[in-house]
Amino acid sequence: MSIKVYVPRDTTANARGANEVALMIEQTAYQKDVDINVVRTSSRGLYWLEPLIEVDTEKGRVAFGPVSAADVNSLFEQQFYAGQEEHELCQGLTEEIPFLKNQQRLTFARAGITEPLSLDDYTAHDGFKGLQNALKISSQQIVDQIKNSGLRGRGGAAFPTGIKWQTVLDAPAEQKYIVCNADEGDSGTFSDRMILEGDPFVLIEGMCIAGLAVGATQGYIYIRSEYPLANEVFAQAIELAQNAGYLGNNLCGSDKTFHLQLRMGAGAYICGEETSLLESLEGKRGMVRVKPPLPAIEGLFGQPTVVNNVISLASVPIIMHQGADAYEHYGLGRSRGTLPLQLTGNIKQAGLVELAFGSTLRELLDTFGLATRTGNKMRAVQVGGPLGAYLPESLWELPLDYEAFAQAGAVLGHGGIVVFDDTINMTEMARYAMEFCAIESCGKCTPCRIGSTRGVELIDKIIDPLQLSQREAHLQLLDDLCDTLEDGSLCAMGGMTPFPVRSAMKYFAQDMEKFND
Amino acid sequence: MCKSVAENDSQNSQLILDAIAALKDQPGALLPILHKIQNSLNFVPETAIPLIAKALNLSNADVHGVVSFYHHFRHTKPGVHVIQICRAESCQSMGAKALEQHARQILEIDYHQTTDDGQFTLEPVYCLGNCACSPSVRVADEIYSDMNTQKFDELLKNLHSRSTKVEAL
Ligand SMILES: Cc1cc2nc3c(=O)[nH]c(=O)nc-3n(C[C@H](O)[C@H](O)[C@H](O)COP(=O)(O)O)c2cc1C
Ligand code: SF4
Repeated sequence: MSIKVYVPRDTTANARGANEVALMIEQTAYQKDVDINVVRTSSRGLYWLEPLIEVDTEKGRVAFGPVSAADVNSLFEQQFYAGQEEHELCQGLTEEIPFLKNQQRLTFARAGITEPLSLDDYTAHDGFKGLQNALKISSQQIVDQIKNSGLRGRGGAAFPTGIKWQTVLDAPAEQKYIVCNADEGDSGTFSDRMILEGDPFVLIEGMCIAGLAVGATQGYIYIRSEYPLANEVFAQAIELAQNAGYLGNNLCGSDKTFHLQLRMGAGAYICGEETSLLESLEGKRGMVRVKPPLPAIEGLFGQPTVVNNVISLASVPIIMHQGADAYEHYGLGRSRGTLPLQLTGNIKQAGLVELAFGSTLRELLDTFGLATRTGNKMRAVQVGGPLGAYLPESLWELPLDYEAFAQAGAVLGHGGIVVFDDTINMTEMARYAMEFCAIESCGKCTPCRIGSTRGVELIDKIIDPLQLSQREAHLQLLDDLCDTLEDGSLCAMGGMTPFPVRSAMKYFAQDMEKFND
Repeated sequence: MCKSVAENDSQNSQLILDAIAALKDQPGALLPILHKIQNSLNFVPETAIPLIAKALNLSNADVHGVVSFYHHFRHTKPGVHVIQICRAESCQSMGAKALEQHARQILEIDYHQTTDDGQFTLEPVYCLGNCACSPSVRVADEIYSDMNTQKFDELLKNLHSRSTKVEAL
């Protein structure tokens, strides 16, 4: 029997050399006449250890990382494939690595374990059990399960998924749609990408269940163009699922139908906003629509439409398999279940951390992230993407909970966490937030379209040493401008750009001085 | 041997017509059509606009409006290698600003420009989902992680030698 060696195939692992490592292992095995079968899994999400390769042993999988092609020879010399743990890159049993062991992996239960495009692997690891259960009960019963699970949208707005589904179920129409929002534009996030590349069938299963729940027979997934591998893998997954009867007519031999089509985005951050996304799917400019009507009533092509984030939909199968209570059991207050957090930026142990709601930001930074990558002091943390606040150390005790963050003027959003060290100038980050809004605004509202550019100019004046005497007046103007953005914007692009701007200017006010000399 | 401009043009319009014919009956066909064209040509030529408009029963202005809304679609032919540098927060936290400055300086171009020898086009990008290993750069469908100025220079060298090899064939 050949020995299985697992090498991830994932954007970040590949960027760090996983393809070269896989090839080198195959070549070396051939030369040394060792019977090895290289299996391309996806990433465990322990990105600082990528490429992280694993071998099967009696005790479980043993990990080695970060492995470069140049390490392969010495790995062979020390018989890594026999589970020998002497090599300096050996990390011991994968499941015992504290970063992984201390997580609660529900949505990411299979990440890095299975072969992403193997239906056999997927079904052997509880795949399609949720769908089988859903096929046995009524639409209303599915919706009730999702309501009882407490699942809230993981795309940013945290709206209860069950209530959204109920609205679509109750809307009478010939044609309804399920739209999966895979536009993941927030810097500091990649959890959607990991599902698309690493466990695509869980998302297909979740979308099928959503279709059954609301009576929709057509689904679309909108994947951003910045994710070439995700687009490739997911397109293959759709085809495989179709051929095996997990998509199309007679779903799993039932009389139910669900079709799924992939559409690629085109580099517009605003198309992550659900109505802009629908416009884009219809082949138009991604202009945000006025709500109401809600997409649940008049969505894609004017029909009732569920728009859900990748993680929301990928969490549905485990809820339908293990039951709403099992999921609801995790969490705190009105934030139930788990949130896949993404530790990124200037952080030593960067990667995916799926945790039940309730730990504090500091626990996450200290026990999972450890320290900055540069070795300098951690100074600021942006949580929730480009529209999220910059948090100074005094706010790191915040529990990871939607309500607690909202009270502090912050957002959890899609769970992205970007860490900055003490070399960062936060006034520049405030300026960037305004600049980003100017670049990505859909243009519908004047404060967002024009105000953001005024914001950039104002910050330039604030930091101009020659205009020091007017700084107070300019700061006041910036504050007023933020008010206007908050009050006069149709969507959170303009409405929340003040979050990073205000927090950067307020908590890190001393950074303005750095421009004086 | 270089093909004549006229030859290239007629090849392009055949390609554009094929893309339209293959996709126009889908609901919301415009973006898929534009993607298919850009995938083959690396940009969406002006000549495609009236052809698409006619097939989808839209005005030229409608189609033009869509092409110009999305950052992904290019209006002019880019260089042999399009280098996208991530400007977003995570990459900034690891020195993306210094990297973009270096790239502009060494290539002597700004964003959305192409070097005189037609080799490199520089573009900004806002997140490649590689934020655990910032800064990130994308060329074609390859993502490069943990970028710094030195690795960037090596990348340029590799890309350059790849295209000179192709020319030599
Ligand atoms: C500017 C802007 C960008 C957004 N980007 C995304 C995105 O990339 N992915 C996403 O799922 N939701 C995004 N959203 C939130 C969506 O509008 C919507 O709330 C979400 O897709 C609903 O799915 P959920 O309930 O499962 O979270 C964005 C919202 C705004 C205002
Ligand atoms: S706030 Fe900005 S992005 Fe949102 S609708 Fe208005 S102009 Fe468009």
